[in-house]
Amino acid sequence: MHTTLVIFGFGGCALFATSYYIVQRTCQTRLYSDWMASFTFWGWQLAVGLGALSYMFGYTQSREYAEFEWPIDILIAVTWVVYFTLYAQTLRRRSQPHIYVANWFYMAFILATAILHIFNNLAVPVGLFTLKSYSLFSGVQDAMTQWWYGHNAVGFFLTAAFLGMMYYFVPKQAGRPVYSYRLSIIHFWALSFLYMWVGAHHLHWTALPDWTSTLAATFSIMLLLPSWGGMINGIMTLSGAWEKLRTDPVMLFLITALSFYGMATFEGPLMSLKSVNALSHYTDWTIGHVHSGALGWVAMITFGSFYHMVPRLYDTRLYSVRLVYVHFWLATIGILLYITAMWVAGIFQGLMLRSFDDYGNLAYTFVETVAFLHEPYVVRAMGGVFFISGVAVMAWNMYMTVRQSRIESAEIEARIAAKMANA
Amino acid sequence: MIKHENIETNAGLLIVLTLIVISIGGLVEIVPLFYINDTVEKVSGVRPYTPLELRGRDIYQREGCYLCHSQMVRPFRDEWLRYGHYSLAAESQYDHPFQWGSKRTGPDLARVGGKYSNAWHVAHLINPRDVVPQSIMPNYPWLQTTDLDYSDVQARMRALKKTGVPYSETQAEFDRNVAAFGPETANKLDILHAEENLMQQALTNDYDGQRDRVTEMDALVAYLQVLGTMVDFSKYDEGYFAEFR
Repeated sequence: MHTTLVIFGFGGCALFATSYYIVQRTCQTRLYSDWMASFTFWGWQLAVGLGALSYMFGYTQSREYAEFEWPIDILIAVTWVVYFTLYAQTLRRRSQPHIYVANWFYMAFILATAILHIFNNLAVPVGLFTLKSYSLFSGVQDAMTQWWYGHNAVGFFLTAAFLGMMYYFVPKQAGRPVYSYRLSIIHFWALSFLYMWVGAHHLHWTALPDWTSTLAATFSIMLLLPSWGGMINGIMTLSGAWEKLRTDPVMLFLITALSFYGMATFEGPLMSLKSVNALSHYTDWTIGHVHSGALGWVAMITFGSFYHMVPRLYDTRLYSVRLVYVHFWLATIGILLYITAMWVAGIFQGLMLRSFDDYGNLAYTFVETVAFLHEPYVVRAMGGVFFISGVAVMAWNMYMTVRQSRIESAEIEARIAAKMANA
Repeated sequence: MIKHENIETNAGLLIVLTLIVISIGGLVEIVPLFYINDTVEKVSGVRPYTPLELRGRDIYQREGCYLCHSQMVRPFRDEWLRYGHYSLAAESQYDHPFQWGSKRTGPDLARVGGKYSNAWHVAHLINPRDVVPQSIMPNYPWLQTTDLDYSDVQARMRALKKTGVPYSETQAEFDRNVAAFGPETANKLDILHAEENLMQQALTNDYDGQRDRVTEMDALVAYLQVLGTMVDFSKYDEGYFAEFR
């Protein structure tokens, strides 16, 4: 439920919103159809809402990030087809000859998500009037299909699409063009190609054949290059305008997000090495890694983008720039506490589980390692409190920004009305 | 020489090329797993779940057990000592979906079957701290007080049959199961007698300690007690399994 609400609820909504904004701005055209956009909004909210409800009633496919049972999967598929049609048709009516790089990433995300969603959710329902279903594949093949899906939910949903977001908002906020056009071409195609190979690194040392997991580990290491290509292209866009980091907290969000992206995409290949994975897998290290991506990269880039986008949508300025600074520091401290706690928890639990006493017996029982985790978990909870208070600050700032815009336009209208009356 | 300009000025071309590029990885890694014979080890003993175990497995999924418990023992010394022989692909060949998991907030359960008594499991599921004081697992007391709904167990088995699990409905399918698993197991895989088989297994073994009723606890404990017990590892050399890896 947590992952569904974060990935599809938070991530999905952020992507729908920014993709519609960006595609219209960069293609200098209006969306192909307004009702289609509304349809994707309501279809998506309904799917995520019904999904959360159905989990509470115990209906889940028990596939990570694909827990939705089959009727909701169909709803998602329909919504997605409308999304694809709307996006592609809007690209077709563009008044610019070139399709801007941000749209490549969004398009790859839409296509990949469609393929992944369809193949990973192949299942046989128990009956037409029940939510319960059984997956079409079993055991090894099922595991491989699920992690091909699972890792690319990260790769395309949480990475490629958010890179699209980055490619629009970073240059816009910096007021400078993207650092390297060539680099964006190379890293787009490399990223799209390589990501699809790496899912099996979630299955190291399992009953999956060795050839598959070795292949996945190899591609995971190669994936470092296009990932860092994106990070470098984003950060270097700021070259010549570095002073903005001192004066513009929105820029601070965007660049910190890229730094976390770089760190997480370095940590990822590291953890996909079989020897490291033997220790890290099944522990909180993985949880920490996911959150440096989800909080550090996905959430930070979204915050930065929304601070840029919302005032422009409402034709006003941010209610308070100082509150953006407050949010930035709350979020950064929160993330650092969170991932540090998880490193400690994961690495130490991994070491405890594999330590032996002088006689060659296991040094710790499993539950002793659980007891050890108590303190890191307290620190993690503190990190979470910091992060969520930052979000509350942002919500307040956004609310006041929209309110301010209402007041401003009301004032203008009143002035116009007064003039009209005098004339 | 193709220029990138051609791609980025043509939405259709961009879409088609992207589709090709993102399809390759999955095709290369997934499709062969269905065709390479060595992917799943050839061992005897692994059978589909009985109706009661199947309902137990459904409850295992419903309660989200898989989120904190993996079912995949890895080939390391500490896991060998803690859990037992590493898991084989064959052992999850009837698992729709697989339950390998990816986080061990609690210990691995791939070989939990037979490790504890039924009474231990019942006490542990009602309140884990009664038997493991430091446990952080939630309580599941309702399992013991909720009667098991097995009205649709045949529909569930039929759905699984469509995915390839060898439950039998016709005489020919039954005979095939007799040949593959022996007459006793073949009886338990017969969809037509699923409800009586389920009742019989629950009442004979009395997993939940309540003789007069069949509860969700019966089903879940029956499932937990069969996990990892189907393969008799004393029958095989260690080297045998390595050939498949």
